[in-house]
Amino acid sequence: MKSLVDLLLIAIKYSLVSNVVLSQFLGICAFLGVSKKVDSSKGMGGAVIFVITLASIVTHIIYIVFMKATSPLCKALGLKDGLDYLNTIVFILVIAALVQFIEMFMKKNMKGLYDALGIYLPLITTNCAVLGVALNNVTFQYNMAECIVYGIGISVGFALALLLMAQIRENIVEGNDKIPHSFQGSPIVLVTASLMAIAFCGFQGLIR
Amino acid sequence: MNKYVERLYNGIIKENPTLIIMLGMCPTLATTTSVINAIGMGLSTTAVLMFSNMLISALRHVIPERMRLPGEIVVVASLVTIVQLLIQAYAPSVYAALGIYIPLIVVNCIILGRAEAYAMDHAPVESFFDGLGMGLGFTMALMILGSVREILGAGSLFGIQFIPEDYHIAVLVSPPGAFLVLAVLTAIQNKLKLPSATNGDADTSEFVNGNGIFAPETMDKNELLAGKKEA
Repeated sequence: MKSLVDLLLIAIKYSLVSNVVLSQFLGICAFLGVSKKVDSSKGMGGAVIFVITLASIVTHIIYIVFMKATSPLCKALGLKDGLDYLNTIVFILVIAALVQFIEMFMKKNMKGLYDALGIYLPLITTNCAVLGVALNNVTFQYNMAECIVYGIGISVGFALALLLMAQIRENIVEGNDKIPHSFQGSPIVLVTASLMAIAFCGFQGLIR
Repeated sequence: MNKYVERLYNGIIKENPTLIIMLGMCPTLATTTSVINAIGMGLSTTAVLMFSNMLISALRHVIPERMRLPGEIVVVASLVTIVQLLIQAYAPSVYAALGIYIPLIVVNCIILGRAEAYAMDHAPVESFFDGLGMGLGFTMALMILGSVREILGAGSLFGIQFIPEDYHIAVLVSPPGAFLVLAVLTAIQNKLKLPSATNGDADTSEFVNGNGIFAPETMDKNELLAGKKEA
């Protein structure tokens, strides 16, 4: 029972309290780049949830099987310290390959989903939130269930922030003449992000 | 102007990756809570950028066209791992402060952006200086942000306190402050009509998202055009 509570806490913590975009600054490029229209932000949000959760699972499996000090591979090769120092290289390649694979698989078997999310998939390889999740899984020494929940929490947090931002931008920010000239374009978007970050600080009381 | 000096000038002033082209926003916002952190992040990125540019340029005829991006990623990731291990060994306090953002240099758009836009069709030495210039430009931008945030938010510079605690604007050190300071900085740039990837005209100049790594060169022209239109 305690572990279920822990999992719930992880999900709440990373989707709301320390939101991936607004307090950890991962995936800012995508957050600012794709939030201009609500439709595209929905597509991007969906694709990110899908990829991050899957990447979290896959990199965790690879970590346990190949990289960890107690993994079968390291035992077979007699490496006492594991291959942890190769994490970055292996994870980024795995993520790049995984995204390619998902794209090909979707194109062939899930036409509807591909039309909705397809064009956003290549962008995700360079989204630092994906690699961040994979690396943090190792740092925090999460087990499989925690990895899944952590991946879902982070990506839902990302999608939430992205969607809110897109709604605000589409309805208030874009093409608004009342914004002072110097603040038009990126400054007002950054101010909006700042206010959203302050609002998200309000969640901090949720978890001690 | 000597072509190597020109590369440095280009990276630091003319095409400053952070302030003018708006690449690499994640580390810019995340690691500028103090000047020391900003310098640590800036210099580690510079080190990776110099050698990745040089190596990719040296290998540009060896890597087959289809393996270009994976090849570049492997080079960059290996260099980042080297830098990470060096920092961990010789500057543990910086390592503790920057944490996850050091391995995340791999996905910093500036690095792949320069590899694609410059190193792929220039000689190794020029690419090295291009990386050095871009890296120093990035470091400088981080230092500006970092010093503003540290002076106003924590009342200190390089850890030396000179403003009493009652006058700190604590929000500037916290995450929302990062967005706010960058917003004001870009607004000042707009006011002074300095070229920037994000000057008013939104359709020609938008934040560079993940895909931007393929288009910094074209972006540049757009951005110059946008700048001219406004002026």
